[in-house]
Amino acid sequence: MSTYPWAAGYIDDGDRPKVVTSRFHLEDGYMLERYHATGGYDGLKAVLKKSPTEVHDEVKTATVLGRGGAGFPAGTKWGLMPAGKFPRYLVVNGDESEPGTYKDRLLMERDPHQLVEGCLIAAYAAGLSQVFLYIRGEMPLAHERVANALNEAYAAGYVGKNILGTKFSVDIVLHWGAGAYVVGEETALIESLEGKRGEPRLKPPFFPAAVGLYGQPTIVNNVETLSNLPWLAINGTAAYTAIGTATSPGTRMVAVSGHVNRPGVYEIINGTTTFRDLLYGEEFCQGIRNGNELKAFVPGGGSAPWFTPEQLDLPFEGRLVGAAGSMLGSGAIMVMDHTTDIPKAALTLTHFYAAESCGQCTPCREGGTWLERVLQRVVDGRGTRADLDQMFEIGESICPGNFPHAASSKLGLEAAPFPYKMTTICFVGPSAYAPVHSALTLFRDEFEAKIVERKHIPVSVGVVDDHH
Amino acid sequence: MSRLNEANVMLAKEIIGRYPKARSATIPLLHLSQQQNGYITDDAIAHIAELVGATSAEVLGTCTFYEMFKMVPVGKYLVNICGTMSCQLLGADELMHHAEQTLGVKAGGTTSDGLFTLEHAECQAACTEAPNMQVNYRHCHRMTTTNFDKLIDDLRAGRLEGEIPVHGTLARVRQQIPADKAAGVASPDAPVVPAWMPEAAQ
Amino acid sequence: MTTTEPSAANPDTEAEAPPPDPNAVQITINGRPHTARKGQLLIDAAADAGEYIPRFCYHERMTPVGKCRMCLVEADSGRGPAVTVSCMVPVSPDMKVDTESPTTKRMQEGILELLLANHPLDCPVCDKGGECPLQDQAFSHGPGESRMLEEKRHYEKPIPISDLVLLDRERCILCDRCTRFADEVAGDALIHFNSRGNNTHITTFPDEPFASYFSGNTVQICPVGALTAQPYRFKARPWDLSQQESTCTSCSVGCRTVVQSSRDELLRYMGVDSDPVNHGWLCDRGRFNFESVKSDQRVLQPLVRSGDGFQPVTWNAAMAEAAALISEALAAGGANSIGIIGGARGTNEDAHAWARLGHDVIGTPNVYAQMGDGLPNGLLAESPATIDEAANAATIVLLAPDLKEELPVLYLRLRDAAAKRRSRIIEFAPKQTGLTSYAWRHVAYEPGTQAAAVAATLSDADVAVQLAKGNVVIVVGRANLAESSAATIAALNEVRAAVPGAKVLTAFRRGNVVGALRVGMRAGAGGLDTRGMLQAAADGKIECLVLVGADPLADFPDTNLARRALKAVPRIIAVDTFLTGSSQQANVVLAASAYAEKAGTHTNLEGRVTALAREVTPAGSTRADWMIAAELALELGTDLGYSSVADITASIAENVSGYEDVTVASVAGDGVLAGVPTDLDAVEIPLPAVPERNAYEYRLVVSRVLYDKAISTVQSPSLAHLAPGATVHLHPLDLERVGTSDGSEVKVSGTRTSVVFRAVADDTVLRGTAWVPFNQPGPNVGELIDCFAPVNDVRIETI
Repeated sequence: MSTYPWAAGYIDDGDRPKVVTSRFHLEDGYMLERYHATGGYDGLKAVLKKSPTEVHDEVKTATVLGRGGAGFPAGTKWGLMPAGKFPRYLVVNGDESEPGTYKDRLLMERDPHQLVEGCLIAAYAAGLSQVFLYIRGEMPLAHERVANALNEAYAAGYVGKNILGTKFSVDIVLHWGAGAYVVGEETALIESLEGKRGEPRLKPPFFPAAVGLYGQPTIVNNVETLSNLPWLAINGTAAYTAIGTATSPGTRMVAVSGHVNRPGVYEIINGTTTFRDLLYGEEFCQGIRNGNELKAFVPGGGSAPWFTPEQLDLPFEGRLVGAAGSMLGSGAIMVMDHTTDIPKAALTLTHFYAAESCGQCTPCREGGTWLERVLQRVVDGRGTRADLDQMFEIGESICPGNFPHAASSKLGLEAAPFPYKMTTICFVGPSAYAPVHSALTLFRDEFEAKIVERKHIPVSVGVVDDHH
Repeated sequence: MSRLNEANVMLAKEIIGRYPKARSATIPLLHLSQQQNGYITDDAIAHIAELVGATSAEVLGTCTFYEMFKMVPVGKYLVNICGTMSCQLLGADELMHHAEQTLGVKAGGTTSDGLFTLEHAECQAACTEAPNMQVNYRHCHRMTTTNFDKLIDDLRAGRLEGEIPVHGTLARVRQQIPADKAAGVASPDAPVVPAWMPEAAQ
Repeated sequence: MTTTEPSAANPDTEAEAPPPDPNAVQITINGRPHTARKGQLLIDAAADAGEYIPRFCYHERMTPVGKCRMCLVEADSGRGPAVTVSCMVPVSPDMKVDTESPTTKRMQEGILELLLANHPLDCPVCDKGGECPLQDQAFSHGPGESRMLEEKRHYEKPIPISDLVLLDRERCILCDRCTRFADEVAGDALIHFNSRGNNTHITTFPDEPFASYFSGNTVQICPVGALTAQPYRFKARPWDLSQQESTCTSCSVGCRTVVQSSRDELLRYMGVDSDPVNHGWLCDRGRFNFESVKSDQRVLQPLVRSGDGFQPVTWNAAMAEAAALISEALAAGGANSIGIIGGARGTNEDAHAWARLGHDVIGTPNVYAQMGDGLPNGLLAESPATIDEAANAATIVLLAPDLKEELPVLYLRLRDAAAKRRSRIIEFAPKQTGLTSYAWRHVAYEPGTQAAAVAATLSDADVAVQLAKGNVVIVVGRANLAESSAATIAALNEVRAAVPGAKVLTAFRRGNVVGALRVGMRAGAGGLDTRGMLQAAADGKIECLVLVGADPLADFPDTNLARRALKAVPRIIAVDTFLTGSSQQANVVLAASAYAEKAGTHTNLEGRVTALAREVTPAGSTRADWMIAAELALELGTDLGYSSVADITASIAENVSGYEDVTVASVAGDGVLAGVPTDLDAVEIPLPAVPERNAYEYRLVVSRVLYDKAISTVQSPSLAHLAPGATVHLHPLDLERVGTSDGSEVKVSGTRTSVVFRAVADDTVLRGTAWVPFNQPGPNVGELIDCFAPVNDVRIETI
């Protein structure tokens, strides 16, 4: 944390199992000494006594879901690398920048050794010869803490050549970004790590597990995903899967922000905690600010279609949320109370994705900006009714066919489930459309309220038209 | 003139040495150059291109993709006010308006004394602490107009020099990989089966 | 849907059916079955099936990037119709593709509307209008109207990105074709994307223009009017152009081109995608030197000497004068006192007519097409390789000049082979070349040590293993004009002894030099080559010299000898398009037609014979070289029997070894490979002893760069200023040793004279050697070259 007095974030004090945030309450949880004192690197030691295959199998069995946004199981992802092709790399995605998301920065600032240990376990299990830890550029404190942790870990023999006297040798190279949201997309992250512009590669054919960094098999894992591994290594698969549900085991870090009484980052039980628990629960956000009414919330980061109070009782579980018309994404909930100017909120997000478009593919580069400009006009009171339909038309060029949205009994709408079709290379283009689509679908009246009807102004006719 | 100085060339070579391909060091070296000069000059780009074995046009292409790299001089303190969703919901617009009034510049401008450059920024990964801003990328959470004014006063008076380095300096702790402890780079041109995975050799 | 599978019902045909092709993939396109190739991209398979999928970024000769999104279609690989990028996704068995589904159409309309959102509607004043893929596809696949009301993006327009190419960023649709070409094909990544998102645009680095030898290709492949070439801007509209396929003769690669004109004026050359030769690419010299054909400096009618100047005369008078000069020479010194130099700049037919005139009519054996800067012509008979074979060899051994400078598109082909890791290059060169950075092994040798360097490298175990893989092609040419060609032959013999099966690609440089040599422009029994003729001339033994498009003063390495020769010869007949340094000394100048003013055939360095088109009327009263030869023969009392180009083409097929299959029909398109000649003398040149270095302590290396004082470059306004000028390049440490610095003048002294050059520090030059580009504006390095010396050493001093 910055030492500036008002910089401290809110800390989760709930009485729940803490897989990744157990050291968050410690002032010096980021130092090796304290990490040792709290079981640090015991997971690595346990893992090194087993074969890589055994460790890989454990991670697979535990179904550690990826925490970056797509929710793909880490163990399965590791298994997608072509056999016998080396070297393979691990790229750690610490480029957290999805609107609403705040967890990886905390993990790097408050428990960097846990991340380092997670990287080592992954490298050992999946046969990864070099690790690149990519930290978002605008996080110098995380950078300092991780650099310090790595320096301590090298000195202690946890990283580098012949780790703890075994044949396991791997370097972890700290790398830093320079400000580009799209780099959080795993193939863009690889391009950026190769020193290029962070433009996503097309999948297929470039799935990183097969063709990644320098054309080699590459695993890209999120910081939170890897931070789960030390606990898993110490406590075992059974203990891990005992938390949460069968399809969503373990815990998840969720940041709840916006118009709630106690915004914060909470480590919740995966799969069972509902949005109502989170927004209104005593150990979580304790309700909407000033006793206001909830109008809408974004359940999974800025790219996710919006929910309304009708969806509050859904649990934090990927498939159920997908069927309800949105996604869990990166574990970020943004809450809007009844005072919120919905078109303006949508504009804020659309502006974000339009500004963060890498620019390589046409629909995102041109469509995102166009969408933003039309919406800006509407928000400024210069829009027309045709503009509202026009926004759907532009969106259709980015995402042809049905776009997911939540159900609304008030509007008589059924939920349109995930996924959607897209004409873009990556999800940035559709993400620019998602808030517009949600807001226009669920709150069209608020847009219409901004339309100033322009009546025809009569103009005196100077020349008589004979034809009439 | 604004090529990397001798000490930084040494550092640059050490950084390059950590990657299987030199071009991967492009962004770290651009940061190094920005740390040295406060912004990125054409000479610096040409020098980095030489060091990483790319053309200047390619390094320029990378440099201009990322918004942290400034191609023109900016203030000693870069003040970035987040305007994305959660911050906007909790008063980012008002904070920006106040900042513009206080500093006397519009977003994108630099104060005449060269101390502050004010920028509109996107999500800073601190959404639960909204509204947020950063000074030279140091987070300042739960900003109000009052503590904004105090922060600017402290910066003007030099009271925060120990905590917030001048623009260009990112992290004050650098990774060191001692030569005797390094596992070494894994070159894509040298397909070696990891020593701890004997079964993969078959 | 009914599918027809004839074999299923009929056991007889089934029994006879060939085994299934392992490379065949059965797919369905728009309801019709189609057999595609394994690994083939969907967009190409669809094209084969007659379904053109619109595209902007996709280009067959470059890696697909899938950026423009125009080629999206719906394809079903078993999990339902999915949005598929047809330029990135290969066909898979039983794939069902719909290029016309409502979703596909909606996507295409959407992408086009978005592409046009920021594209200016300045088609009426845009050079691309009428041949613009964006315009065409907007009509065929677009929504018909744009609904964007907002202001479009604005940029300063247009900005020059090089001396030849301008960029209008408002028109650019960011398809990544030019940038990909620069990086991936040319290896000159000097243009790149800048900024991000909606602000993305193409730029060069400040003060580092897109100075690629291949920049014109980006104009050709640009799918909009964003890139325009200076020489063609606002000159014509596509619908006013007439065009014919032809062959570029700027060097001996023989790139396939389309020559375009309007109102009988040459306006543009475009590359044609020829699989065996140029893959659609051209170098800028070849693309833009058409300007020289239109030069107002052309010799438009025959000239005869009158005092210090020339007098224009009729063809009859000129022919009578030329015949008289030859008759006088015959009387004064016999046939052996007549020499004919040149023929490499014309067609095969031109060369054949001149060869017959020389050998059969005049009766002299002194006929030669090379200018003392090549290698013995016997090399053409030694297991010749094609360009394709070289570009697909396991190992390419380079004993050649810098191919990027001399044979640019051959450089592209070999660079591609090395960059895509098909081939490993082992390069032997006295100075680093364009291919050095792609070479697996680069061996720098000092002049005089080439054969030894080769022998030492071949004994390296890794090299031996590599060569033992077989499929070796040696590219051989004259790397250093200041060194005897014997050194290169000795080096070649070393490689061939070590790799007996190796094939040889001769990197002879001048346009149709291979054709000229093969159809007869070479010395007969006891005859002299160009060096021999010039020496004999200097010694007063030549009574008449005929220069057929030859300029020894500019092109022969030993300027001193060329000057003495031309001075001593009493009678010179020049057949030329311009008054060059050499033709200015002629007694009679016969005005020749230029490229694109005459038809015929051309032989490239691999022996490929292709067609040359006559696209415009010959300037003035100029005539094709063959016509001049035929008429001169008549004047001398012999009818060669040629009244048309076709007559000579037939005569070549009948009389020239290897040209049996060359007919007017067979030379169309990619043409026909001539057979291996059987009538060339074996190459035997003894390796002269190389003297030790003495006070002349720098060994001279002289070679050409792309832009020099070649007449077609000098007379093309767009290219003329691109020649870098004569400078002496030394390794920085040697420059320090000389005691001077980059940019200052130094005195370079050979055994005959001294020349002052500006010095350049250049770490691509080997220590102990000095490199000077040949035939450059400024001081003439030819003055320092003795063409009889095995190597030329120089002393370098400060002034």
